[in-house]
This record gives sequence, C-alpha cells and structure tokens, in this order.
Amino acid sequence: MAVKALYDYHFPAADTQDKFHGNQLLYVGWDDHLMFCAPFAYCLPPETKFSELVEQHLPHSYGRHPDWAKIDFSTVRWLKSGQPFVPDMNKTLAEQGLRHKDALRLQTPGLNGNGTYF
Amino acid sequence: MDMKANKKKLGLKEKYAHMTRGLGWETTYQPMDKVFPQATFEGIKIHDWEKWEDPFRLTMDAYWKYQAEKERKLYAVLDAFAQNNGHLGITDARYLNAVKLFLTGISPLEYVAHRGFAAAGRNFPGVGPRVACLMQSIDEIRHAQTQIHALSNYNKFYEGFHAGATHQIERVWYLSVPKSFFDDAFSAGPFEWMIAIGFSFEYVLTNLLFVPFMSGAAYNGDMATVTFGFSAQSDEARHMTLGLECIKFMLEQDPDNLPIVQKWIDKWAWRGIRVLTLVGMMMDYMLPKRVMSWKEAWEIYFEQNGGALFNDLAKYGIKVPECITQCTVDKEHISHQAWATFYQYAHASAFHTWLPNDEEMDWLSAKYPNTFDKYYRPRFTQWREMADRGERFYNNTLPMLCQVCQIPMVFTEPDDPTKICYRESEYQGEKYHTCSDGCQRIFDDEPEKYIQAWLPVHQIFQGNCWPEGTDPTVEGFDPLLKVLEWYHLENGKDNMDYEGSGDQANFAAWRGMATQNT
Amino acid sequence: MSTVFIAFQTNEETRPIIESILEDNPHAVLDEQPAMVKINAEGSLVIRRASIEERIGRDFDLQELQVNLITLSGNLDEDDDQLTLAWKN
Repeated sequence: MAVKALYDYHFPAADTQDKFHGNQLLYVGWDDHLMFCAPFAYCLPPETKFSELVEQHLPHSYGRHPDWAKIDFSTVRWLKSGQPFVPDMNKTLAEQGLRHKDALRLQTPGLNGNGTYF
Repeated sequence: MDMKANKKKLGLKEKYAHMTRGLGWETTYQPMDKVFPQATFEGIKIHDWEKWEDPFRLTMDAYWKYQAEKERKLYAVLDAFAQNNGHLGITDARYLNAVKLFLTGISPLEYVAHRGFAAAGRNFPGVGPRVACLMQSIDEIRHAQTQIHALSNYNKFYEGFHAGATHQIERVWYLSVPKSFFDDAFSAGPFEWMIAIGFSFEYVLTNLLFVPFMSGAAYNGDMATVTFGFSAQSDEARHMTLGLECIKFMLEQDPDNLPIVQKWIDKWAWRGIRVLTLVGMMMDYMLPKRVMSWKEAWEIYFEQNGGALFNDLAKYGIKVPECITQCTVDKEHISHQAWATFYQYAHASAFHTWLPNDEEMDWLSAKYPNTFDKYYRPRFTQWREMADRGERFYNNTLPMLCQVCQIPMVFTEPDDPTKICYRESEYQGEKYHTCSDGCQRIFDDEPEKYIQAWLPVHQIFQGNCWPEGTDPTVEGFDPLLKVLEWYHLENGKDNMDYEGSGDQANFAAWRGMATQNT
Repeated sequence: MSTVFIAFQTNEETRPIIESILEDNPHAVLDEQPAMVKINAEGSLVIRRASIEERIGRDFDLQELQVNLITLSGNLDEDDDQLTLAWKN
C-alpha cells in the first residue's frame, strides 16, 4: 500500500547511514535479562571489531548485572534478524556483513537472573 | 398596526437548523472541489452532507454561554487553590510527577488538536461537521491554556514544571510518543483525522485518559488539576458524540467507505493504546492513592464500553479492531513495563520515579494476580536491593525504539512475557524495527510515512540534540549532559529518583510549616 | 444488551439532576467515584427536563447539563424536553 496524498508522496528516510558521521547503528538485546528494559542502540564505526563490541561496549551497558561476569562467550548463541548468527570476534562489523540497523540478540542459556528474568 | 408577536421561541432543532445549515452556500467564483480540495483524495465518498446529525445541536450563542460559565467556575477554584496553599493539600509530592507528565505530554496535544480541528472544519464541505469542528477547535485551545495556567501554580514551588508545555514536546525522548501520534494524524487527510482523533482518541480512549486521571487527582487532593480536568472533560462528551457521529455518517453514506474506515479504526485504536501505556503507568504507579488499576479501567472503559460501541457499529459491517487479542494480554503487563523503563531512565526524564513500597507492591499483586508477583515484583525487589546498597540503577545506554510508536522496545511477545518482541521490516534496502505486530502492520501499510520518523535516540546519535554551538570534539564532552541541557532539564533537580529529590525535601518542610508553628 | 452511561461532577448543581435521572430510570445504577458520579443503565437512559425543573423550582435548559458533564456512552439524541442515550442493539 502507499500513502494516499494529493501529490506525489516521497520524502527521504530520516536515519540512513550517511547521517551518522561515518558510523552505523547496531542494536543488541540480551535475552532473559529484563533488568535492562529494552535492547540497546549503539552507534559504531563499521571498522569496530566484534571483540571490541563484546569486550568494551556490551560490558559498559550490561556489566552491572551479576550474570554478565558468568557468561562464557564460547557457548553463547547469537541471532540476527531472528536467525542464528555466528560472529567472528576478529572481524569488524562490516567484514561480517553487519549492516546499518541490524539487530542482534544475545542468548546465554542457563543464565536468566536465577529464573526471575531480571 | 396591531401586530401580534408569536411568543413561541424556536425549538432546539429548528434553531440549530437555521443557525448552522442555513448559513452554508454553494460556491460560484470557484467550483466546490477547488474550494475543498481535501474532501475526496482519501477515497471517502459523501453524497449528502445534509444527512449529518449533531446530536447536541449546540449553536454558538449557547456555546459561549456555557463555556463562559465553565471558565468562571475554573478560575474561582484556581484562585482559591493559590490563595490557600492548595499545593500542600496533595497526598504526597510523588503525585506531582504525574502532573508534570500531563503538562509536558498531554497539554501540547490539546494545542495540536486545536489546530487539527480548525483544519478539519476548514476542509469539510458540510456545514454540520464544520460547526462541530469549529467548537471543538476552540475547546481544545481552551484546554491547553487552562491546563498551563492551572499548573503554573505548581511551577512556583516544584521542580520540572519550568519548561512547560512547549519546549520539551519537540525534544524529549518519551514525549516524541504522544507528539508523533498527533503528527501522524495531522498529516493525514481530514477524514482520517476524524477517525484518529475524533473517534479512536476521543470516543474510544479518552475516558481512559481523563476519567481515571481526574478522579485520581481528586483522590490525591489536587484541586487545581481536578478542576481544569473536569472543565476540559465537560467538553469531551461533545467531542465524543462528534467522533461517533462522524464514523456513522461515513458508513451510512457509501458502502465503499467501510474498508477504509475499518483500516483507520484498526490503525488508530492501536496507535492510541500504545500512547496510553503512559497513562497505565500513571494509574498503577504514580498516584499515591489509587482509584482503580489500569487493568480495571481498561475493562470498564475499553472492553465493556468499547464492546457496546462495536456491537452497535456491527450493523454497518465494522469489526472489533484486530489488536484486541493483543490488548487483552497487554492489560496485565504494560503499566509495569513502562514504569520499569522510566525507573531506569529517570536520569534522562523530566520527572522523578521511585520504587513501589511493600504496601504498593501488595496492591499491585492483588490487582494483577496473574502477572505481578511472577514477572515484575522480582525486578523491583532486585532494584531495591541495589538501591539499598547505594547502587540505584540508572541505565547508561540508549534504548532501541519502535519506528512507529517510538516507545523503547520494552514490550514482550504476546505468548511469553519474558521475551522482548522484535519485529523487522525492510523498505528500500533499509531496516526498520517495530515493537509489535500492530506497529509493524502500520509501518508496512505506509512505509513512506514512517521512514521519516524523528526517533529521539537516532537524532541524538546524529548530533541533532545539543544546544546550538555545541562542539562535541572538546575534551571531556558528555553527550548526555548536553542533551539534558537542550531539553531544558536541570540535571540533578528535575530528574533522578524521587528519594533524595528537592521536591521531596521541600514538600516535607513546607507541609511541616503549614501544620506547626515552629 | 449493552450498557450506556453518563457521568457528572459531584456538586450542588448536579445533585437534583442525578436524583431526577435515578427516579426516571429505575433500571439505572449509581456509581459514586472521587469527585464524580457515574450512572450506568442497561440499554438506554433518559434525562427529562420536566423532572429536573420540578426539583430545582425553575426553568431548566437541558443544554445546561454541558457545564457539569464528564463523559457519556451511547448514541445521543437531544431535544427541548429530553436527552436520550441508547444502544440500539
């Protein structure tokens, strides 16, 4: 369907990647941990290595949760757009095909705020 | 000459007919379709505007008379409130945070409604709706002004009122939720506007906003808010009948209107319900004395009353909005999810939040036996343990937002309250995320519209939310502090937890002075 | 059958109005809430000018109801003598 209008209705998208000063948006949610009410939005250079995301950006956001320190990143599961995704820690976001506004979900089986989903 | 005057005055119906319908004419310098260019493009077919009924049959003379009386009553109460330190009569200064949210989030909408109804009145070729829209337009600006005036009393004493109803609505992250709702409606055609605001918002949802809010204000001793609330609400009954009349009129005029109207009802019911998440939170968490739970209000005003309405509209072929199944699940969750959100982003909000105390949590358990203890009490309890350790939780990272309702993606899957609901669409090679099937459906139906959304989190990342002249490259630049400055939010005063706030200390001190001589 | 309702502010002006409504509509149910009174009725509810005038001892214009009205539900029809709320199903 299209917008019904009195004229040809075309306007630019507000959040295309060119507006983010060389960065791209990446969303990350940590399943079963609702101490954090929503997934996070990160604005990162495409050259950011996935290891930097996991070792710096995510701990800054999630580090206060007691489960965070217990995560074994060799056993976690990731989803991208709801589908399994296997990141390469040594590759950059761009190199592993993570596009502007991709959404990742981190799943840590066995960790769920001691059953409270906190 | 001996002329005998006929003493009998015109009846209500005749008077209304003369003073509204009798005043219209067919244009001749320009054809009618040029004078009313917005009347047809949405696809709604109207054959006879004369069939429009205005049940209240209000004419301007009566309108001014009763509106003037409402104003006199309102200002008498406001004067008394100011003269008698009415602000010390409220239950607890926590309550004022609901009022701050109202002033910054709802009053600006009244002003937009004023503009929108003026535009609708201009664009309808029919005289009946034109007069009704004119009156509603004047009502709405009266609401905006009386609300700002009434609440200015609180600005003399408490934090968070100084930015008023104008500055923050265009800037603050959570205020983009109600603003985008009205922007969406106002940028549609006049008929969709009438379904969006006149029908969905005024008829189906306004009771959920105003009745519990005002009754809650009364219950919490806030005479100023009760009075402007009821003064505004006395106009709402007329607005509701306008909304209902409009939808019946469209459906009676042409069978082709049905699918268009149904689509708008489905869209705007969901859009409105998402905005009311903020009201749910206010009812369940922000009123120190509670009138009823959000769930109870929902059941009375949406399920029962809305049910009666949709039964009545069934004869035209209208079906209950499809979002109803989701809403039946959501009524037990959304207020808790919203409060959890504002609790953790209190440092970026222009009002205070707090954790519910034991007694309040027991009330919530009783009102939400299926969900509160299982899903939400553990969250509040663990945040309380953190606060008791001196580590009150403030979330330090910006959240992902829904492209349509603009609320952070806090809502959970309909069948699993422990899993965040992610929905994803693609349009012209770009990804768009929504919080629910309802918002995704709205996006997919008119993607060209929603790709323009002013999403606060993205705007912050683009560098558009700092005061003019800000240099983000200077050493020690703190983006969040600059955003708060741009919001006109005084960091450390207007935001953070209620516990330890200036409002808390001042209210206690002033109430002490009011009841003792020392 | 669906419920119609009408709600007024609780004050001296509405007291005789509410009494009249309750007397004219024996099936109506009163629901008193903080600062407001809601009257619920199955199917329909009628407000008669004559009943209100009898109580207040002066002429009454039904449009005066607008001053203290809070909300209503149902299809509305008003003329000089009465105001009716009804669901026609």
